[in-house]
Amino acid sequence: MDTSRAVVDKPAHDSPALLHHFATEGQQKNAASLGMWVFLAQEVMFFGGMFCAYLVYRYKYFADFGSGSLQLDIRLGTTNTVVLICSSLTVVLAIRAVQLGKRRALVFWLVATILLGLAFLGIKADEYAEKFEKHHVPGPSFSYHELIPGQGKLPAAERQYANPHHAEMFFSLYFLMTGMHALHMIVGVGLFGFLAYMAWRGKYTPKYYTPIENAGLYWHFVDIVWIYLFGLLYLIDRHR
Amino acid sequence: MSDHNSASEQVHEHISSLGSCIAVWLALLTGTTLTVTFAFIDLGPFNIVVALGIATIKAILVVLFYMHVKYTHEKLTGLVVVSAIFWLFILLALSMADYTTRLWR
Repeated sequence: MDTSRAVVDKPAHDSPALLHHFATEGQQKNAASLGMWVFLAQEVMFFGGMFCAYLVYRYKYFADFGSGSLQLDIRLGTTNTVVLICSSLTVVLAIRAVQLGKRRALVFWLVATILLGLAFLGIKADEYAEKFEKHHVPGPSFSYHELIPGQGKLPAAERQYANPHHAEMFFSLYFLMTGMHALHMIVGVGLFGFLAYMAWRGKYTPKYYTPIENAGLYWHFVDIVWIYLFGLLYLIDRHR
Repeated sequence: MSDHNSASEQVHEHISSLGSCIAVWLALLTGTTLTVTFAFIDLGPFNIVVALGIATIKAILVVLFYMHVKYTHEKLTGLVVVSAIFWLFILLALSMADYTTRLWR
């Protein structure tokens, strides 16, 4: 009788991962997941402010923003989009691996995610370096002499050039938004490095993998931000 | 009493099938190809509509399938997602309603 009582009083406390202020593992997991989603909602607001600033200035300096956009390397941008989409797949496969209790596969997919994240950052660094070389970084050395999109078809005397100050605003927003996104990527890579180490040590099991799931939510969110950044920064006015 | 915590609060985790993971990945890659292709075709004012439309479809795919929102039984998660989008909509719509109607200046 005494042994059965003990089981009734502490029904789920056999799990080392269960904190004392939660009744069940399910409750603990739901609380952690909800907290992560609220954090991501806050992140939507954080990036939303920058997207709003972008929309206001794109509307105001329409042609100059188009001109600035054409200075970005669409091949590198597209490559980075593909890299991030692949990294989202590796995150999903990591979660699947931990759910199925495959430790080695979990570590493999986490490391694959880190490598793809680093590839993204490397390509981004290459793009930034090109901007520095062309003096397209806002600041005292900023210099800009490029046509407004579509003006290349006109006779040389009639061609209009973009206002450098307005183009500088485009590059300010470009560096602000992609820089904030890259910062999130750096945090994500660090996060996944920690997770890969803990996963290698066997901390995560099919019963407890909340950190992997929440880090995955974060990574997917950062991927979504890039999907919009790619469309708004690289793809506008390519047709002109 | 012991039944209270066993079956009723047990969380049934959804394990995505390998096929659905790959299918969503292929859909995202297809979306990327389409959006880059359409960016070079002159659609007039619809270029931005197509670009943002495809981006939104890709985002919805990621949220529903990769972030498991489609499989969650937790209504609060859905509430947070919808609230975040709704507040973002307020931010963008009201700001643009202001800046696009300042024609007198």
